[in-house]
Amino acid sequence: MANDIQDKRRVDEATNTEFVGHEWDGIEELDTPMPRWWLWTFYLTIAWSLAYVIAYPAWPLLEKGTEGVLGWTSRGQLAEQMSAAEMARADVRAQIAATPLERLPEDSALLAQAVAGGRAAFLVNCVQCHGSGAAGSQELGYPNLNDDDWLWGGDIRAIEYTLTHGIRQQDHPETRQSQMPAFAGILTPPQVGAVVDHVLSLSGQAQPNAEGAALFAQNCSLCHGPAGQGDRTYGAPNLADAIWLRGSTRAAITSQILAPRMGMMPKWEGRLDPVTIRMLAAYVHSLGGGEDFVEVAADPEVAVDEQP
Amino acid sequence: MNSPNHLYEAVKTVHNKRIDGRFRRFKWLMMIVTLAIYYVTPWLRWDRGPYAPDQAVLVDMANRRFYMFGIEIWPHEFYFVAGLLIMAGIGLFLITSAVGRAWCGYACPQTVWTDLFQHVDRLIDGDRNARIRLEAAPWTWSKVLRRGVKWTIYLAIAFATGGAWILYFADAPTLFAEFFALDAAPIAYATVAVLTLTTFTLGGFMREQVCIYMCPWPRIQSAMMDEKSLTVTYKDWRGEPRGSVKKAQKDPEAFGDCIDCLQCVAVCPTGIDIREGPQIGCITCALCIDACDKVMADIGRPRGLIDYATLEDCAAEAAGKAPKPIWKTLLRPRTVAYTLIWGSIGMALLFALGTRTHTDLTVSADRNPPFMLMSDGSIRNSYTLRLRNMESRPRDMEVAIAGLPGGVFWTDTIGQNEAAASQTFTVPADATLPVRAYVAAPPGAAATEITFTLTSQDEQREQDVVEAGFTTPGEQ
Ligand code: SF4
Ligand code: SF4
Repeated sequence: MANDIQDKRRVDEATNTEFVGHEWDGIEELDTPMPRWWLWTFYLTIAWSLAYVIAYPAWPLLEKGTEGVLGWTSRGQLAEQMSAAEMARADVRAQIAATPLERLPEDSALLAQAVAGGRAAFLVNCVQCHGSGAAGSQELGYPNLNDDDWLWGGDIRAIEYTLTHGIRQQDHPETRQSQMPAFAGILTPPQVGAVVDHVLSLSGQAQPNAEGAALFAQNCSLCHGPAGQGDRTYGAPNLADAIWLRGSTRAAITSQILAPRMGMMPKWEGRLDPVTIRMLAAYVHSLGGGEDFVEVAADPEVAVDEQP
Repeated sequence: MNSPNHLYEAVKTVHNKRIDGRFRRFKWLMMIVTLAIYYVTPWLRWDRGPYAPDQAVLVDMANRRFYMFGIEIWPHEFYFVAGLLIMAGIGLFLITSAVGRAWCGYACPQTVWTDLFQHVDRLIDGDRNARIRLEAAPWTWSKVLRRGVKWTIYLAIAFATGGAWILYFADAPTLFAEFFALDAAPIAYATVAVLTLTTFTLGGFMREQVCIYMCPWPRIQSAMMDEKSLTVTYKDWRGEPRGSVKKAQKDPEAFGDCIDCLQCVAVCPTGIDIREGPQIGCITCALCIDACDKVMADIGRPRGLIDYATLEDCAAEAAGKAPKPIWKTLLRPRTVAYTLIWGSIGMALLFALGTRTHTDLTVSADRNPPFMLMSDGSIRNSYTLRLRNMESRPRDMEVAIAGLPGGVFWTDTIGQNEAAASQTFTVPADATLPVRAYVAAPPGAAATEITFTLTSQDEQREQDVVEAGFTTPGEQ
């Protein structure tokens, strides 16, 4: 033994143990053996990792990774979880489908479920235009859905109708449809100025003027109403309130009269299932400006699904 | 002893000998107390009325509550738990700086359960010598039988250990019945299975290996202890050189008090020789003190060859001086400072506990969109209020807004036609009621700070006032 190279290492006399050769501040480390279970635990971790690599997708190859003998994939797991979630929701969805939409607010638990589902669908499908807080955009003319001003109606069925059929979708016969004429060339610039004055006066932002009032009565009141209160049949905005779809500055109003821009909204029928559309309607209705649904009791033949 | 060139070494089972003495009796006491606390606590009842579980100590994960006798901790009061953990940490510092690794020796679960399993060994296989013989013996049927019985008892203890743990997390009697009716949650069985397995291996077989190789605390303790901390010490200036009684009788001058009887090694639960000096394997259980004191009594020499002593005492005694009195060892600036810190955290927690109310209001303003212009020109802000009732009975609570001229609010359930500057809600027992509040101000209102005041509508009239911003278009 004495000739072994290993034995050149110094041995601590007190314990008869070799030094490993490190020294810190005069303290030297003895080469004390590790317990054998420690070694076996280490082998076990190696065996475990090998088994893991064989059992699960692990090894990236050029085209595709190894698949693992268990056949587990994260995509498969996701699909499973999604279908499980689908199953869990099926009951609520069936209840929402079975409840007349306007009755939904009476069942607060079901309404809460619908609103939550609608919010999720909104965040996927609607935020691109209306924003994640549903506040819309004045510059781009996307209406704010939180306020109490509605172009086409703010009760829950009217909202569902808008969602289903869209706005100004030419390929849908029942879509919300209307057109504001461009008055460039019809009205002279001074006439336009007078109309702008009148429009502003409707909400108390300018002095009344007779010429503007007359022009308004001639050209605009058919859709916007004699007092500018708007008409939901045509989606004509209320001009007498504090809310402006495209801004209340003179420039904004002038441009809207000369070359009006009219909003479009996709129809969601066929892209979202009816229950999701109902949930979306419930969500938008819940944002703070939703109106009560008034049933047309006098004539039961009038289908409430028609343009309300 | 350690042969060079061996990287790994088979574990040598420790067969520690039975011993009786003052420290052993203290260890018995600690074992009974700690095990009793562990097993009995979940079964203590505490009447909380019909709205909360009647368990005195309960960690209710599902509802995120922590119940401890009259105290009920909510998630937002987690600082109580954090404070208790800090106190436990500082408590360890305090104990360690005063009496060394007392935690390791008497109270650590690994120590307590190892002790328990070693008593099982003694019960089934006999004391040290019998056990050593049995281990060396070939595998006969009787040895197989003995091992089978012993490991079954190990398993039963391990199962009882894992089983008691889950009782802290649900109503104990209910869970107990459910568990054996196979009705409990899968997580309960999984927890019991894992804890049974770890107790079985760590307590039954790993024992001192856990303390020496796995536990971080012995590594930290050297920083916590100093030359003034009490620890189990072999007084080599008195014991060395070693010699048998006979040799010593022949030549009393040449030998110290240690007669090399190895009783201190035989009783050590971690199987070390304390005469080699302080070492990481020593958990300061003081059983070697009991053993050596007995030997000293038998041969008529004074006790304390192995004893609790500080490094300073050792130096003093070796130099022939008297050691410091024990109270001076325990009462020194360091321990006093730890005690003061520990105590003041405790006082602060008690103060917080005594002055906390059982109501709470949080207000978060909607920022998306920050405000809403309504068609009549009024301005609306939305807030999410959380009304918290921390009592085990439903309570009426009024929320009033102030600081907004003409401001009123309504909610999803209280219609806009009932908008007012204050509304009353009934908050269920032990619950948080989320309320979406729509606050409206007349046209032209200016941005301002508003306050929400929550007042409980009972004798206590507890209040919580929260400020929140009211945003208007003018700000934009
Ligand atoms: S028990 Fe006391 S006398 Fe016996 S070997 Fe240990 S220290 Fe020496
Ligand atoms: S040396 Fe003594 S105090 Fe330390 S663990 Fe062994 S018996 Fe306990």
